Amino acid sequence: MRDDFPRPVPGPDEAPFWEWCRRHELRLQQCDDCGTFRYHPRPRCPQCQSARASWNAVRGTGTVASFTIVHPPVLPAFADRVPYNAVVVQLDEGPFMVSNLLDVANDDIEVGMPVAVTFVDLDDEIALPQFRPVTPAGTAA
Amino acid sequence: MSADLGPDPVAGRTAVAGIGQTAYGRNFGRTELDLACEAIVNACTDAGFPVPEIDGVVSYHVEQVSEEALVATLGIENCSFMARTPSGGGGAASVVGLAAIAVASGQAESVIAFRSRNRSKGASYGADRNQGGRPWEKVGGGVSDGRQWHNPFGVAAPAQEMALIARRHMALFGTTAEQFGMQAVAQRFHASRNPNAIMQQAITLDDWRAARPISEPIRLVDCSLENDGATAVLVTTVERARDLAQPVVSVLAQAMGAGPIHVALADYFRTSSSFDERDHAGRHIARQVFARAGITPADVDVAMFFDHFTMAVPLSLEQYGFCGLGEGGPMIEAGATRWPDGSIPVNTHGGSNGEAFIHGVNHVPEAVRQLRGTSTSQVDGAEVALVTGAITDPAGAVLLGRG
Repeated sequence: MRDDFPRPVPGPDEAPFWEWCRRHELRLQQCDDCGTFRYHPRPRCPQCQSARASWNAVRGTGTVASFTIVHPPVLPAFADRVPYNAVVVQLDEGPFMVSNLLDVANDDIEVGMPVAVTFVDLDDEIALPQFRPVTPAGTAA
Repeated sequence: MSADLGPDPVAGRTAVAGIGQTAYGRNFGRTELDLACEAIVNACTDAGFPVPEIDGVVSYHVEQVSEEALVATLGIENCSFMARTPSGGGGAASVVGLAAIAVASGQAESVIAFRSRNRSKGASYGADRNQGGRPWEKVGGGVSDGRQWHNPFGVAAPAQEMALIARRHMALFGTTAEQFGMQAVAQRFHASRNPNAIMQQAITLDDWRAARPISEPIRLVDCSLENDGATAVLVTTVERARDLAQPVVSVLAQAMGAGPIHVALADYFRTSSSFDERDHAGRHIARQVFARAGITPADVDVAMFFDHFTMAVPLSLEQYGFCGLGEGGPMIEAGATRWPDGSIPVNTHGGSNGEAFIHGVNHVPEAVRQLRGTSTSQVDGAEVALVTGAITDPAGAVLLGRG
């Protein structure tokens, strides 16, 4: 990883998310009172304002809600990757996540495409949740 | 609801009495303070108003020029009101709204709203994040705050964030990238008529097609300019404005709304009124501002929509009620936003890809010029103008009226 890579430095509200990512598990906060999953992590449920939540596993599958193919100018750490994709994935549980698609040509990305999470280790402490296309049956494309 | 409390106490009681700006351009090598002072003095000169009588100052949360520096530099003796709007381009109209609230409530009489930028691509001046060059390029090796959900995935520039919003709108409603391009062409045409615009050359849709992609579907000529410059307006009571030098332009109403910021796309996709008709962000602001003014979008003669990227224009047309969801792109394609024949000419000074990017505050003077009858692309008999902040971010809008 380049020194100038924008590595997450989480605060107390966000640290558990990244700790589960490090273990290659996608877990989101789920409200103990109304059951709503939320992302990004935050101290209250925007649905019912409860402060009680648990870090529960989600399926890790969803669909591409949007995508862009990124050209220069980009962050210096991404300069050798252009043109690269960035996506917004909507998880089956509802929340949206900004991420990237792996193992797919830029021209083949479509809104609505089913995807599944995979984890890419940045170092010993941080793994990024990224996604791969899957067939609707759930097997790798 | 304000409607339950009787007439809105802000609506119609204040006026934009003066407008001022610097030249807009690149790499002036001047400080934001220097630029801000020039714009403010010009606004006061325009109004025939003595600078020391300014008693309030409103700016952006991200503004580099401090209130104390302005007061000390301009010799403002008694500054009674100071406030800043949250975030960035959402505040393009809200700075006028805040000033109007201060004046209407009697906290101050004559308030300056301003924005000053030293943001040319090659700007060597300024080391702070919000100073000189591109703030998003200045991330170091670690990101906390909301950037940790975007930057590790290569999403950092506003163009990249807005591209993701634009593509969602295209997928849901059939909006096309060329419709964004048609707005870029319309605004560059308006800019070619405005001697103060940085971009003096009009472009064609073929030029848009040939422009390099920045973050697809956004192309270079869809983007706001990276430039230096400052804009200021003077807001005072309607009574005082009548005694000053210019025709009265009233603040008919203001409204604000807390839309999700563009660096939190997970929230934007979950809650924005860009993708459905929920009463939130732009749609909430629109409902409030039109109700407070007692008018509808059909009464608006000319609109200045915040346009960090041209994709914001069709989404704004929809959220502010000029058409239904998904009809903004076709409206642009039909020529509705292009002066002189469009039904609702948009950004007649050339907007952020043509005149300059002063974070949208330069749209306010153009609305005022339209209502004074002095725009370089004048809408015949313009009586009501709408100015909005961004489709993302905590934002706001003002309606201005002639007389």
